[in-house]
Amino acid sequence: MATTTSNLPTCPAQAELLDQIRPAEHKETPLVGNKRDFPWVTEKICTIVESRVPTWWWVAFAMALFTASFTGVGLVWLVSTGVGVWGLANPVNWGWAIVNFVFWIGIGHAGTLISAILCLLKQGWRTSINRAAEAMTIFAVVCAGIFPLFHVGRVWFAWWLFPIPNSNAIWPQFRSPLEWDVFAVSTYGTVSALFWYMGMIPDLGTLRDRATLVLRRGMDETLTPLQRKVQTAIWTLRKYGYGIFAMGWRNAGNHWRNYEMAYLLLAGLSTPLVLSVHTIVSFDFAVSIIPGWHTTIFPPYFVAGAIFSGFGMVLTLMLPLRALYGFHDLITQRHIDNMCKICLGTGCIVGYAYIMEFFIAWYGANPFEEFAFINRAFGQYAWAYWIMFSCNVFVPQLFWFKAVRRNAAMVWIMSILINVGMWFERFVITVTSLANDFLPTSWGYYSPTIVDIFTFFGTFGLFSVLFLLFLKVLPIMPMGEVKFVMPQADPHGHGFGDTAQGANSEMKGGAH
Amino acid sequence: MAKQFGLLARFKDTPDLFHAAEKVRDAGYRKWDTFAPLPIHGLPAAQGLGRSRVPVFTLIGGFCGFWIGLLMVWYMNLYDYPLLVGGMPFFSPIFPFPIAYELTILLAAFGTLIGMFVMNTLPQHYHPLFNSEQFLATSSDQFMIAIESSDPQFNTEATRLFLEEIGGTDIQVIEE
Repeated sequence: MATTTSNLPTCPAQAELLDQIRPAEHKETPLVGNKRDFPWVTEKICTIVESRVPTWWWVAFAMALFTASFTGVGLVWLVSTGVGVWGLANPVNWGWAIVNFVFWIGIGHAGTLISAILCLLKQGWRTSINRAAEAMTIFAVVCAGIFPLFHVGRVWFAWWLFPIPNSNAIWPQFRSPLEWDVFAVSTYGTVSALFWYMGMIPDLGTLRDRATLVLRRGMDETLTPLQRKVQTAIWTLRKYGYGIFAMGWRNAGNHWRNYEMAYLLLAGLSTPLVLSVHTIVSFDFAVSIIPGWHTTIFPPYFVAGAIFSGFGMVLTLMLPLRALYGFHDLITQRHIDNMCKICLGTGCIVGYAYIMEFFIAWYGANPFEEFAFINRAFGQYAWAYWIMFSCNVFVPQLFWFKAVRRNAAMVWIMSILINVGMWFERFVITVTSLANDFLPTSWGYYSPTIVDIFTFFGTFGLFSVLFLLFLKVLPIMPMGEVKFVMPQADPHGHGFGDTAQGANSEMKGGAH
Repeated sequence: MAKQFGLLARFKDTPDLFHAAEKVRDAGYRKWDTFAPLPIHGLPAAQGLGRSRVPVFTLIGGFCGFWIGLLMVWYMNLYDYPLLVGGMPFFSPIFPFPIAYELTILLAAFGTLIGMFVMNTLPQHYHPLFNSEQFLATSSDQFMIAIESSDPQFNTEATRLFLEEIGGTDIQVIEE
């Protein structure tokens, strides 16, 4: 809280010294480029929702729906036949389903990192990518949930996972990490949705107010009566649709005060939540006694990997969005640099974990453990291991170079490679340990079936369908938060260099 | 004439609103509020508002979540249907910890959202201010202060002069 305190100097020498103090020059790159003002931000975000969807949207939507239908086919096939249509067989009874589950949950983690952890760390650059990344989290959890849900076999009994009284009078068995997972993932999905919704309330209010103003001022006179009727209907739908969910938000000082506190608290709650979710996911493996799984490094290693893959996905999504919607002043090079650096940092942690696992396998002097790791790197799944290692450890090293970070096409390709690598990481962990465990007589080789491939491939479509609908229907950036990091937001008229409110009268809030 | 809700004045930019808010606070008005399209650093203090009470709701939610988690596992796995699995105890505070932990966060998050609504007296889909077109522009880029007629110090003429004096423009009477 900035309060007007009166720190009066106690002696003349001090007063003289204080007099010489000048505000420090900010050399920081502004977070919103081109000295944009508040109305520009509002227009930029709101017109996406209010204007007709561009052609590329329809093309992408049709492609996404088609892709999503593959998941539909895969699941119908599975439910009508049985889990046997997946490639699961002794000794590998945990294949693509868990791999895909961990992969999608991991992607979601970057959204929470951006909305919660970076908020606590006061990273102003998170504001423009926050909303879309949170949307990504929720849609990724939706995709992730499909796999364990259908892996239970008789999916119509999936509700037995929850502590709901049933006719057999049996409760869930809480000693199992799989049951912990049910709680962790459902809490994660719910809290992410709450956080996402709460952050959106002021923006929904803005959309409601804009629609109300359009309706009050009347439709364009040049339109035909029918067109005017259609337009009035659309704007009325917007007014009430956004209005209901805006809950009567009025942008009052008191509203913002409670909102900011609630936001901070939700950020504080989501931070331990996001760390616990992937920790518990890693417990699915670490609590067992299979060589290669039974390790204490799993929780931090899984969390770092999740953030790594999630930022990969954020880059994969935001770079095309930036180009398509012309967001260059909101998602600046500084944002991209920061995301690349996080990928580099988490990629290094993941690489460290890969190497440390090997060291501990040798240092622990357990022959089964030693074998599990040598087998990972040089056994029948060596191809998967080296795809994983190159994509996750070698590829992000290119982010050390500014030239690479400034090349959007290159960053985009690397972000996809990161996700390929992270999918293979989960594959390597899950499959190699199961395929070659204690007894060589029971070893096997796992391959997915066409049903596995269809179901997984289709989830990218499902994710894209949800994300495209989000782009069309909801405000894609939190306008209030973006405005908060702009120089015009400073209540004392300080800003960056010549954009300071006192220095340049054109930049003052009211005059445009 | 319909009943009066209060007066609405427009301010030029963030610093103007901030300083005007300080003056309204110092003039002793009680029933008034600022309106801005963004949260402004330090504005609650300038408005004379204290710390938000949302954390109370969060604490209650989190406390309930933790104990519901532990009690639920105790009831289900020890009291109602003890099931022996691998010789492990029917109940211990250790193995249900992830459940209690997740429920703490879940209910604390619900508490926070509910707290935000309760403290802001939302949902409130109708409000007299929504009748003003000038007010509707706030959520895009305008800065406003509204002083309600129910304030003991309110006097249409005197308050209007006061709002003009502190830099307010386009002063409007808002009706109920």
